[in-house]
Amino acid sequence: MSDNVARRGFLVGGLGGAALLAAGCTSNEPAAAPTSAAPAPAPAASGNDQPGTKVTIGFSAPAADHGWIAAIAKNAEATAKQYTDVDFRPVEPTNDINQQISAVESLIAAKVNALVILPNDGQQLNQVALQATAAGIPVINLDRIFPDKLAYRTWIGGDNYGMGVAAGHFIGKQLKDKGVADPVIVEIQGIATLPLTQDRSKGFADALKTYGFSVTAKQDAKFTVETGNQVATSLLQAHKKIDALWNHDDDQGVGVLAAIKEANRTEFVMVGGAGSLNAMKEIQSGTSVLKATVTYSPTMASSAIKLARLIAQGKGMSDLVENQVPQSITLASETITKENVEKYLALGFES
Amino acid sequence: MGEPTTKGKTAAPALPSIRGVGEMRHLGLLGALALLVVVGLVTRPENFATASNMVSILSLAATIGVITVGATFVIIGGGIDLSVGAVMALASVWATTLATQSYGPVVMAICAILVGTGAGLVNGWLIAYGRLVPFIATLAMLVAARGLAQRMSDRKTQLIQAENSAIVELSTTRWLGIPLLVYIFALVVVLGWILLNRTTFGRRTYAVGGNPEAARLAGIDVRRHTMLLYALSGLCCGVAAILIMARTTTGSSTHGDLYELDAIAAVIIGGTLLTGGRGTIMGSILGLLIFTLITNLFILNGLNTSDQLIAKGLIIVVAVLLQRRNLKERAP
Repeated sequence: MSDNVARRGFLVGGLGGAALLAAGCTSNEPAAAPTSAAPAPAPAASGNDQPGTKVTIGFSAPAADHGWIAAIAKNAEATAKQYTDVDFRPVEPTNDINQQISAVESLIAAKVNALVILPNDGQQLNQVALQATAAGIPVINLDRIFPDKLAYRTWIGGDNYGMGVAAGHFIGKQLKDKGVADPVIVEIQGIATLPLTQDRSKGFADALKTYGFSVTAKQDAKFTVETGNQVATSLLQAHKKIDALWNHDDDQGVGVLAAIKEANRTEFVMVGGAGSLNAMKEIQSGTSVLKATVTYSPTMASSAIKLARLIAQGKGMSDLVENQVPQSITLASETITKENVEKYLALGFES
Repeated sequence: MGEPTTKGKTAAPALPSIRGVGEMRHLGLLGALALLVVVGLVTRPENFATASNMVSILSLAATIGVITVGATFVIIGGGIDLSVGAVMALASVWATTLATQSYGPVVMAICAILVGTGAGLVNGWLIAYGRLVPFIATLAMLVAARGLAQRMSDRKTQLIQAENSAIVELSTTRWLGIPLLVYIFALVVVLGWILLNRTTFGRRTYAVGGNPEAARLAGIDVRRHTMLLYALSGLCCGVAAILIMARTTTGSSTHGDLYELDAIAAVIIGGTLLTGGRGTIMGSILGLLIFTLITNLFILNGLNTSDQLIAKGLIIVVAVLLQRRNLKERAP
């Protein structure tokens, strides 16, 4: 019996001790707080930012454990807070299609004035977006597109094909300037089965073709640091001399860069994708193989909120002639290099 | 293992067949490994058999390898641990929060190990004393640990700060051309082997997994032992967390996704019975090396990831079929 008690004591003591020791270590408050202000690089020079009719904007997005999506939610909220005339109504982010559908349904029932939706899957949320439109609520479709044009008022998103093109041009030009003939070009994709990955790869191949180059090898990781690291480790073994490497995603790029450093390889030019703060800092340092990254910026969520506000208030975009917001906006994929990185640092997201 | 001690009485009857099956299986596994090496030599002669490729295969295997050692103990003991990948992720996140990082690399490593062991103890306590089925208890831990890791990291990738680069150096520093983390992996394997084959703890593990009731009658505290097995598995996850931090220079809630399946597959291919009571560390490590070698070969040859998954699936089935035949042949 006493043995039993002692054992229990050991157990409680052990757990308690571990908990105590570790409890002090969960804080993530950085020493220097990063600027949490919403990206607002280009203030509109018109009266559009002046307070107007009070509007309620509903917001629904996936809960993917990825820096990019985390930045989407954060940007949306930060931008909404800048406006006194916006009542921001986010719903619990989820990766479950079913839950996202009912979350959007609840926003429809609450009769919000506009809905910003980044669907887990455009196809599967098409139906509920149609319902919203039928209920007279304008839907601003963020990034992953609904197949049915009746389902949304405006689409805003990134250009996956354009990302590939931007990366292809940067690499093509670099190699051409160096006069490399028959270069070894390696590509590390995200999840290969996604259409967005295939678009990126197609853009990359098409742009390279204009220089007479082609991709030597490509492998898919899974958008995570760890998979990026694994794939890069083996790819570096497979190719003893590489001229250029395009990695589709800066999040997995952290792992790719770790593998490159471990293998001590410096002979090639690397280009990233998305535009994370880490990547920008690497580019800025000038000592990294990472020379550029092509954006697929989560700032689009800020823009989507702005569009939702304009649409709900019946305003147009002040720089355009039309009275109403356009039906679709595809953001250009911009190339960030050492020369222009300063301008982008404020827009970088923490991966 | 040769000399039967009084303590090992209950396990003794099962031992000869374990050893026999183990050796048989190892021959088969070594054969499969040799076959893959030949494939590598034929398809990519200039890249495959290089020292640096061998080193990168071992570095790739190290993280899951450490986890596999813990998983082998749990499975021999008749249980299953589905939470390994998630616990590793949690440990890596906990050890890389800015607060933990402010105490330096040693505390970070200790933190990872404590978090892993703590999660393992919770698993073990729920299973041994709370009488939860291992599958359910560790499934709950899988979900909860991943969630806690996400919450703690705010779904961000936590970089290891420059002043704590000692952790990263485990991956970049080399002795005799081999990264330190491979030595850590080897050390864990050796310690695991000694623990399983040369100590009372190991004999009890076989006994508890083979026949818990008999083990109990023989005076083994089955519940306490079961709890310790899960704690050991958690400890291994903590060590693995340090290795993944070293390799990727980060802690992240996305680390170790589906590691539980890779670890269980490696253990099964290695000839350990899911029902418990039989198995070897070496078998598990060989099983793991086969998997890692396949990944390496596919990437060297520029083949598709999907085909790689199909190949791995086939290997699991073939291994288990062979294992069953061996067992039948050996049955009296």
